[in-house]
Amino acid sequence: MRHVIIGAGPAGVTAAETLRGADPAGSVTLIEGEGEIPYARMAIPYLLAGKIQETGLRIRPREDHYARLGIDVVHGRVRAVDPAASSVTLEDGRILAYDRLLVATGSRPSLQRIPGIDLPGVHTCWTLADARDLLRKAPPGTRVVQMGAGFVGCIIMQGLVSLRVDLTILVRSGRMVSRMMNPASSAMIRSWCESRGVKIRVETLPESISQEDGHLGVHLPGGEVLPADLYLCLVGVKPAVGFLEGTGVEVGSGIRVDARMATSVPGIFAAGDVAESVDVVTGERSVNAIQPNAVEQGRIAALGMAGRQAASRGTLPFNVLDTLGLKSSSFGAWQGLPGGDSVEVSDPERYRYLKLEFLGDRLVGANAVGRTDHLGALRGLIEGKVRLGPWKERLRRNPALLMEAYLACALKA
Amino acid sequence: MQKSLKMDPNKCTGCLQCEMACAYEHHHTFTISRSRIKVFGFEDEGRKVPYTCTQCDEAWCLHACPVEAIVLDPATGAKKVLEDLCVGCKVCTIACPFGTVNYVAATGKVQKCDLCDGGEPACAGACPTGAITYVDADWTGLDRMRRWAGRTDNNPAAV
Repeated sequence: MRHVIIGAGPAGVTAAETLRGADPAGSVTLIEGEGEIPYARMAIPYLLAGKIQETGLRIRPREDHYARLGIDVVHGRVRAVDPAASSVTLEDGRILAYDRLLVATGSRPSLQRIPGIDLPGVHTCWTLADARDLLRKAPPGTRVVQMGAGFVGCIIMQGLVSLRVDLTILVRSGRMVSRMMNPASSAMIRSWCESRGVKIRVETLPESISQEDGHLGVHLPGGEVLPADLYLCLVGVKPAVGFLEGTGVEVGSGIRVDARMATSVPGIFAAGDVAESVDVVTGERSVNAIQPNAVEQGRIAALGMAGRQAASRGTLPFNVLDTLGLKSSSFGAWQGLPGGDSVEVSDPERYRYLKLEFLGDRLVGANAVGRTDHLGALRGLIEGKVRLGPWKERLRRNPALLMEAYLACALKA
Repeated sequence: MQKSLKMDPNKCTGCLQCEMACAYEHHHTFTISRSRIKVFGFEDEGRKVPYTCTQCDEAWCLHACPVEAIVLDPATGAKKVLEDLCVGCKVCTIACPFGTVNYVAATGKVQKCDLCDGGEPACAGACPTGAITYVDADWTGLDRMRRWAGRTDNNPAAV
């Protein structure tokens, strides 16, 4: 069996390794699209901050890891997939035949469609090459205007502050990380970042960018122009699916997959940030772009490709963010569910916050700021759909008892 | 046979010798907030429950790490954090459904129980009542944790 995997992020690498074990006689080809040793995008902020070298980004530290496992790493970008011929065509014309194909291409950054977005001083920071570029072009004192303060915007912000640039962040919506944190906790993050010297302007979307004498002007509605040396566009990402046009692979917010990670086209699977799957709490379909989900879906897809029985029981969104030292996290349906109730403890002066969302006597979601201990138990309680019984009232009186609730209800300790 | 930590809440007095021993073993301090094992108090029932990583087969933390900074120690079965590789992203701390991987602000890295790298773990050695023992890895409490783990999503054992 010839297995071809497009994309060498965590989903693709995990799938390749899993296939090596599940189908030892088959061939495994991993198509890597950036000319790099497979690396973790997640670790880019730590490279910007100077905490690690480039080798520290590798998904597997050993350079010969793939060769040792018999995984054929092909560097190149995919132009098209032909399901009728069961083949993949690369941009350089090479054609790879497959019996099973995994699409694990993740996401690509979205770009604003405004005049000046193609100027040389305008960047994004998504790939390792982008990060190298930024490190070259952003010495201390560089005036950086960053558009976007979602999760990626916030982790890149952390790296930029370490580079001691003069940073202004523009936020289109009223708040930072609006898809991960509720308004109260998001306000805390903003206040913390502002108190550490980051200029943040909400409800601000530039109309155009101009260039004069090598410097940029960021034109805001109303006529104000922000001077900048670099404009960093971090307005979000979208699944990288362009090369699938005409294949019949069904795409919603991402590639639609079933519990086995199979797409609508026989023989083609998808996993990770590119895939749209079922949320275990809400039952709705969505893209869950987090590392643990990518790894898990990569593993399940690979087992399916090898003809083994493996199925996901649904995916749980959860994430953790460090904004200039302030830690925040979100789990499950942190916005709450219809018919549910919640409890909140908030201490803005000390930047501590915890909100638990319930449905009946089960926990369905949470947001936390300023705490890191035992947070995984929130995943355990939510994903395990653990009945809290009398512990729900105890948590309502004191939400900080979540680890005790976990021990008592999940482990019956 | 590999051994595991057995924690028996019925024998725990809450003396915190285990937490001190753990903090001293790994950080050369008696500051118990640095301990990787923790005794939880249940005031309503007057009970104390010692708890740390069970080195579960699912190894959510290990699979959640983006840069392979958590590895399996084949000798002890422990999942160990390699501090040189850990970037401090904290994804493992929220991926572990048992809540037993924690971030250490002082180092900017995460920590978890590593069974003290062979020999008797310091917590078990320090426990005066036998509430924490290091035994052959098939006691029922561990099974119960693993059964519970089997009910959740993302469980390699279920495939």
